[in-house]
Amino acid sequence: MRKFNHSSDLEGFRQELLEERKDITSTIIIPNGTCCQAANSLAVIKAILQEIARQGVDKNVQVHLTGCHGFCEQEPMILFEPGNIIYCRVTPEDAREIVGRTVKGSEVIERLLYTDPVSGKTARTEAEIPFYQAQDRQLLQHNKWVDPRSIKDYIAIGGYRALVKTLDSISPKTVVEEVRSSGLRGRGGGGFSTGRKWAEARSAPSDEKYVICNADEGDPGAYMDRCLLESNPHLIIEGMMIGAWAVGAQKGYIYVRNEYPLAVQHARLAVKQARDIGLLGENILGSSFSFDVEVARGGGAFVCGESTALMTSLEGKVGEPRPKDIHTVKEGLWNRPSVLNNVETWANIPSIIMNGSGWFASKGTKGSKGTKIFALTGQVKNTGLVEISMGTTLHDIVFNIGGGQKNGKAIKAVQTGGPSGGCLPLSKFDLPVDFDSLYEAGSMMGSGGMVVMDEGTCMVDVAKYFLKFLQDESCGKCVPCRIGVDRMLEIVTDITEGRGTREQITLLEELSETVAETSLCGLGKTAPNPVLSTMRYFADEYFAHVDEKRCPAGVCKALISYDILDEKCNGCGVCLRACPHGAIKGEKKKVHAIEPQLCLKCGICITECKFDAIAVG
Amino acid sequence: MTTIEPILEGRRSQPDQLIEVLQDVQKICGYIPQDAMKTVARELGVPLMEVYRVANFYKAFTLKPRGKNVITICTGTACHVRGSDLLIDQVKGQLNIEPGDTTKDGLITVECVNCLGACALAPIVVQNESYLDHMSPAKLRKIIDHAKGKKKKEASDAQVQS
Repeated sequence: MRKFNHSSDLEGFRQELLEERKDITSTIIIPNGTCCQAANSLAVIKAILQEIARQGVDKNVQVHLTGCHGFCEQEPMILFEPGNIIYCRVTPEDAREIVGRTVKGSEVIERLLYTDPVSGKTARTEAEIPFYQAQDRQLLQHNKWVDPRSIKDYIAIGGYRALVKTLDSISPKTVVEEVRSSGLRGRGGGGFSTGRKWAEARSAPSDEKYVICNADEGDPGAYMDRCLLESNPHLIIEGMMIGAWAVGAQKGYIYVRNEYPLAVQHARLAVKQARDIGLLGENILGSSFSFDVEVARGGGAFVCGESTALMTSLEGKVGEPRPKDIHTVKEGLWNRPSVLNNVETWANIPSIIMNGSGWFASKGTKGSKGTKIFALTGQVKNTGLVEISMGTTLHDIVFNIGGGQKNGKAIKAVQTGGPSGGCLPLSKFDLPVDFDSLYEAGSMMGSGGMVVMDEGTCMVDVAKYFLKFLQDESCGKCVPCRIGVDRMLEIVTDITEGRGTREQITLLEELSETVAETSLCGLGKTAPNPVLSTMRYFADEYFAHVDEKRCPAGVCKALISYDILDEKCNGCGVCLRACPHGAIKGEKKKVHAIEPQLCLKCGICITECKFDAIAVG
Repeated sequence: MTTIEPILEGRRSQPDQLIEVLQDVQKICGYIPQDAMKTVARELGVPLMEVYRVANFYKAFTLKPRGKNVITICTGTACHVRGSDLLIDQVKGQLNIEPGDTTKDGLITVECVNCLGACALAPIVVQNESYLDHMSPAKLRKIIDHAKGKKKKEASDAQVQS
């Protein structure tokens, strides 16, 4: 591909692309992100391509492989445009019929359409699906038009126009002002004003500055950054370029988790493509602006999501955080002024430049502007990525978009903000979701994980889960986090194993305060949140464990026992074969029994028994 | 031993490339061998102690050789809520090893990872490089049986050849 030397070259190229593509009559869109591949999309794609080759279709029919569209629960999906017809949970066996009837015959195959689990209604088009209807998909909407491996696709939908506009007509100072007045706040969890951060970095005196994209999405249960970087990498690069122009940086880094191999691959390819056509490098589009990006892989340490630890890791060292008495916007990577923003923050920049700060600020609440992507997961019917205007209530997200409870057990809480956030009970579901209201309720937005929990989830166990996670991920540099989280985990473990006392609950509260106040970095400062929020809203569960030695959800192994119900067991032997510990005995067609000494209460037999013959007491 | 020379190309005397280099060593060797650490230390100009410290700190690196099949269980929050603990119990019971360990015959390594970002399809298990969605202990049992079964077949093939 040729190299562009002037900003008008890009628009010319876009027109050429549109001309080239004007004869395409229909597009078969197949999402192929990490989650899609987990759901077998690769086999579906192969089968569709084979069928197209076998049956022969019009040359103006195009197959388009894209990143994830967000409705991960229903993957693998196929979308047909124009027409917006969508098929869900497609298998390779459906390929022959899809190509024969839908592609060649323009006929809709009823059985592959989406049926809403709440109303039972069938949706023919993507637009009719309730999961999408309640969303405001400003960032995710591009995913279906862009093959992440093609810079042409991105340019064709108007990509890099914000960059051209910036280089042609907006001064760096005005860019900073525009971002500041849009009200954009950091999407990684902190919620710091992006414009203010940029203004500080811009005013820092240095010849060398950096912009960094934080794609080290370590929050378990959150994956919007993976999706954005994996599905639309050029959007992130464009955002970083505008940021670099604004603050005066010459070099950018995308620090991405190595656990996201597809995101690494797509980001690297995108950087190479942008370099090849002169969008990265010296004198971009003939201007005085020079900038390049490098993709660095993280080493799988949660603490590296913290800005100073991430920068230390980029320097090739052990990712330990540094004290923040001097801000990274003054002295960051290699002690130079550095702007670090999350993937989703960068993704918002091009549309703020194109549509203006007023457009962005018109969405959302007083203190939190724009849209935010959440990863809605856990015990809810529709799971996937949900992009909503700030201020949408938790109830709308969980029940209208998520479709409510999944396994017949009532929903009791939603966990937001990952290990730094907390659990909010049903009584708080009327809260508008934004930075400030979640914080006031004892949780936080975090990067946008939203895990729904039902009556089968023990809240003390959830607190233990997060403490275990944090103990494992604490870098060990400062004492309050290293020792404090350890002690907190010990106490919560005592409670879940029936050794807890009321005094320990008081001690747990005191410890939480100390750890929060004295830890060095965000990991330790927010570590007590899962414990404090569950104690605040689910105190009765803690007391049941401590006073009655009972786990109301039937999860904590030391407090429950398993029994086979004589009247329900027909001696089929499934549990006997399934038990990995050899704890179930019995003859065929006779009632089986569990040997308590061997039973580890793992619950595998319960998931395997088709007759509900195993009871938890 | 696999040579790590190509990995070092263009990165010599650049201490900041340490993590990137170790990532590639891990990828081609399956772990970080001691000799490789020494070579990396010398070529990048980083003290050996620092190389060891970095290799030990980050979860992406293992200092022990891994088995032929690597089964990774995701223990992220969404997977936890949907029962990833059961999968760990299944492994412990069936293979008699703890996560992080390798079976004595070197056939299967079981690892846990904090989140793979495919939360909507939880619980997730990765076998070598392929992602498996909506896992249950029964499905995992079959996968492990299959991985073990391969050994028997390969063993008998080897006997036939010899």
